[in-house]
Amino acid sequence: MSQLEYILQQVINAVSLGSLYALVAVGLSIVFGVLKLTNFAHGDVMMVGAFTTVLLIGLGMPFVPAMICGIAASAIAGFLIERIAYRPIRNAPDVTRLLTSLAVTYILENLGILLFTSSPRNFPLPDILNSSWQLSGGAITFTNINVLTVLLTFVSLIGLGWFITRTTIGLGMRAAAEDMQAAQLVGLNVNKVIVVAFIVASAYAGLAGVLWAAQAGVVQPQMGFTPLLKAFVAAIIGGFGSISGALLGGYMLGALEIFIIAFLPDTVVPYRDAIVFALLIAFLLFRPGGLLQPNREIKL
Amino acid sequence: MATADPLLRVDNLEVNFGAVRALKGVSLDVYEGEVIALVGANGAGKSTTLRSISGLARAKSGTVAFAGTVINKRTAPQIVRLGIAHSPEGRRLFGGLSVAENLRLGACTRSDPEGVARDTEKMFVLFPILRERWRQLAGTLSGGEQQQLALARALMAAPRLLLLDEPSLGVAPLLVRHIFDALAELKRQGMTMLLVEQNIALALELADRAYVLRTGKVALSGIASELRVDDRVAQAYLGAAE
Repeated sequence: MSQLEYILQQVINAVSLGSLYALVAVGLSIVFGVLKLTNFAHGDVMMVGAFTTVLLIGLGMPFVPAMICGIAASAIAGFLIERIAYRPIRNAPDVTRLLTSLAVTYILENLGILLFTSSPRNFPLPDILNSSWQLSGGAITFTNINVLTVLLTFVSLIGLGWFITRTTIGLGMRAAAEDMQAAQLVGLNVNKVIVVAFIVASAYAGLAGVLWAAQAGVVQPQMGFTPLLKAFVAAIIGGFGSISGALLGGYMLGALEIFIIAFLPDTVVPYRDAIVFALLIAFLLFRPGGLLQPNREIKL
Repeated sequence: MATADPLLRVDNLEVNFGAVRALKGVSLDVYEGEVIALVGANGAGKSTTLRSISGLARAKSGTVAFAGTVINKRTAPQIVRLGIAHSPEGRRLFGGLSVAENLRLGACTRSDPEGVARDTEKMFVLFPILRERWRQLAGTLSGGEQQQLALARALMAAPRLLLLDEPSLGVAPLLVRHIFDALAELKRQGMTMLLVEQNIALALELADRAYVLRTGKVALSGIASELRVDDRVAQAYLGAAE
């Protein structure tokens, strides 16, 4: 295997992993943008989408419609979380909002454990998505689920780009993220903007959840925790609250992790997560607004 | 005009910020087609008056009535839909959005695309720089350009009453002239305006009538051209600085 092929393989891995991080981080950033709330339940909304998909496939539904239903289930979950948990405390102090977000996380996870037990279940991925492509005589390998992940990330982000630049409610989401009071002053219905933001963000969580579980091959009630933490780091690196920042952060984090695995000595690799979170601390200390600095002050 | 009901009637308005009494019973009337200046020293309550009309600040007592409807319990978006647009202090543009997107949001309460397109063309006539900067982010414009965009964004709501807070603030002197020319043109077209302005000379030149605020109360009011030569206006400023 040549040096070039090895590097190409790592680029493919980085884009695939970065896409997953970017998908989760975008949803997290959309909610933070309009509500200035770190929605820890975002990871559990991923879980809702993944479990719905697995259950429907188990009932005999083909993968694609099952995935669409999973995304819809996540969107509905997000809508309900906003209505039931977050709306009553929208103007409460930050600590109250933070604790509420943690409480929603625990409730959803425990509900998952109650319904499905905490042991992992197999993700029944269709054979066609599991089959792999071999280039350069096997030096470069990737599976169809990698391709699907990157493809769906790109397509959905183009859709999101259209939504936030061409529709009034999408423009309203960006405006409310910048200045909620000014948004009200031009006559925007802020409630509607927040509800739509939650639905869009949660649909993203659903898509990310299905793809994450499909790549991992398993689903379990706590599956959202790791992606949530990673996406949080990605969103901070890029600039919390900014959609383009979340994308940038997601792909950068994917690239960094793959770089650590592929190019650093084996003794360093187990410290992958430690390096990532050290980076988070460094950003929070020295550049809390992230690379794109949409909000200079970050409140968790 | 004096016999008709005012378009806006503010009656004995009191607003508190915590323990601070920002407005201690402000009353004022604005008739259709009038330009009213609201002048006074810093902290006299000018911005607070505008903010309680547009629904950003809540009155402790008193009423704000617009076209016969009491509006001081309504939300800011509802008040925009009733026909009051507020170009706020500090402009409050959406800096990460383009000029085009800011103007589009200014018109977000409207459902007449032809009217919005027509008004956009009007804005290009009033503020030609906006056409040049159309795709540029609002945050990258100069102070004067931003102020023009803030005015245009408020006008895009097709308001019956325009509230203007410090349109000359942070604007280069040459552009201040340009902005007040645009306001004079709006006045000629019949736009009703309530203008808060630090620059008294400019404000009294444009306005028909004026109210002088001093520490949360109306100290003086009258015909703008008469107040221009009234020593008591200057005294109201000096008094507040004590």
